[in-house]
Amino acid sequence: MASNNYYDPADLRKFGEITEWSEELGTKFFDYYGKVFEEGALTAREKALIALAVAHTEQCPYCIDAYTKDTLQRGVTKEQMMEAIHVGAAIKSGATLVHGTMMMNKVNKLEM
Amino acid sequence: MAKLKQQSLQKRDAELANAKRQVEILSNGIFANGELPTFAKKIKEINKLPLRPKKLEILQINVGYMCNQVCEHCHVDAGPDRKEIMTWETMELALEVIKNTGAHTLDLTGGAPEMNPHFRRFVEEASKAGIKDFIVRSNLTIIRANKKYHDLPEFFKKHNVHVVSSMPHWTKGKTDKQRGEGVFDMSITALQQLNAIGYGMPDSGLRLDLVYNPNGAYLPGDQASMEKEFKHALMEDFGIQFHNLFAITNLPIARFLDYLIASENYEDYMYQLVEAYNPAAVENVMCTNTISISWDGYLFDCDFNQMLKLPVASKVKHLKDYNEDLLNDRNIVISQHCYGCTAGAGSSCQGTVTE
Ligand code: SF4
Ligand code: SF4
Repeated sequence: MASNNYYDPADLRKFGEITEWSEELGTKFFDYYGKVFEEGALTAREKALIALAVAHTEQCPYCIDAYTKDTLQRGVTKEQMMEAIHVGAAIKSGATLVHGTMMMNKVNKLEM
Repeated sequence: MAKLKQQSLQKRDAELANAKRQVEILSNGIFANGELPTFAKKIKEINKLPLRPKKLEILQINVGYMCNQVCEHCHVDAGPDRKEIMTWETMELALEVIKNTGAHTLDLTGGAPEMNPHFRRFVEEASKAGIKDFIVRSNLTIIRANKKYHDLPEFFKKHNVHVVSSMPHWTKGKTDKQRGEGVFDMSITALQQLNAIGYGMPDSGLRLDLVYNPNGAYLPGDQASMEKEFKHALMEDFGIQFHNLFAITNLPIARFLDYLIASENYEDYMYQLVEAYNPAAVENVMCTNTISISWDGYLFDCDFNQMLKLPVASKVKHLKDYNEDLLNDRNIVISQHCYGCTAGAGSSCQGTVTE
């Protein structure tokens, strides 16, 4: 059943099957996962938007597929979805740039 | 996303205007090769095959396929070009049935039911029958479409009609994309008009419910949280109030099926429906308490089967032979579109079917 691609959309549907090769851990994971996304101090909708942003920073095609659909189902507009991704992108680029201070510290220490 | 079409499938002579072809598509492919289980197989697992009706509660009458809109997802394939309209003679047969039925709810649908030339006379007569809940499914824009419809809210109020209206989203962009340019603004005006005479107000007996259905190849979100969003946004932006929101799943038939196939979403959508299959929803699918009557007086298990031209499996096939006891003793005709009624919390014309 090998496909010619590393990523196959059909594999997303098989996600649940990971439990078959390690039942206890798989089950624990899915219980945890399900619980995380339940309505809590944050609404399920807020959680879905966070997941969408993180799906992009993690660049996971499966998660992007799943949470694009999930946020649409929750009535999120495409403007809101794009803004959430910008939040992820801003943190990603900010996280890169803020390390620039490390570089600056090092330069300042090394240079006479 | 395909562009909004201005004509019905029928008018365009499209392949899917043919109901037989639709049923074929729903039975072939991924369901014929065993990739996905058929609906029959699925409900057999829980001893629900054959699917049988319970007590009849709702008579849903489709008074015609003509509509002022041509929504892309329409399972009726309705539009201004559809000429199937219930005649007064058929309405008289329907009135006889309404007077004698054990059902507590009468539900008029279309198309835009208001476009039937006998609509008002029919409502006047039917409202005398003492049915507890008298629903008209109004698409809202019809109220603004033409001067002669502007007074519909007052007419509804006079006959204590329960108005159920579709509103695909609380934003203009999403609404207009599904239902056509300008639909959002017209719907807002119509809702304000209904609110102004008491419809949808918190303690009002004049019921105003909204129907939400997704704007593409995905399932509706949780009904209660969608209702919260709708209420908040419509109140905040327009001061509009309503009672309940029904979240309805798009069934893969007619224009929605056409869209699914054209956008290459059909298989994924069927997978979604089958994966979201909820055995608990089977108990209360719409056909277990509803009879659907077509514009020409024929009887169906639901409005969807009506559009697929799958008549009731009963000796009683038409209003003129109507016999409720005999009719209720039948097996419901099912196919793969039925998965749309059992996905997630389930879906019916009254919204979800499970707690
Ligand atoms: S979905 Fe309703 S309003 Fe839209 S075309 Fe069909 S019948 Fe008319
Ligand atoms: S599509 Fe009609 S027949 Fe099938 S489950 Fe739904 S209501 Fe019943």
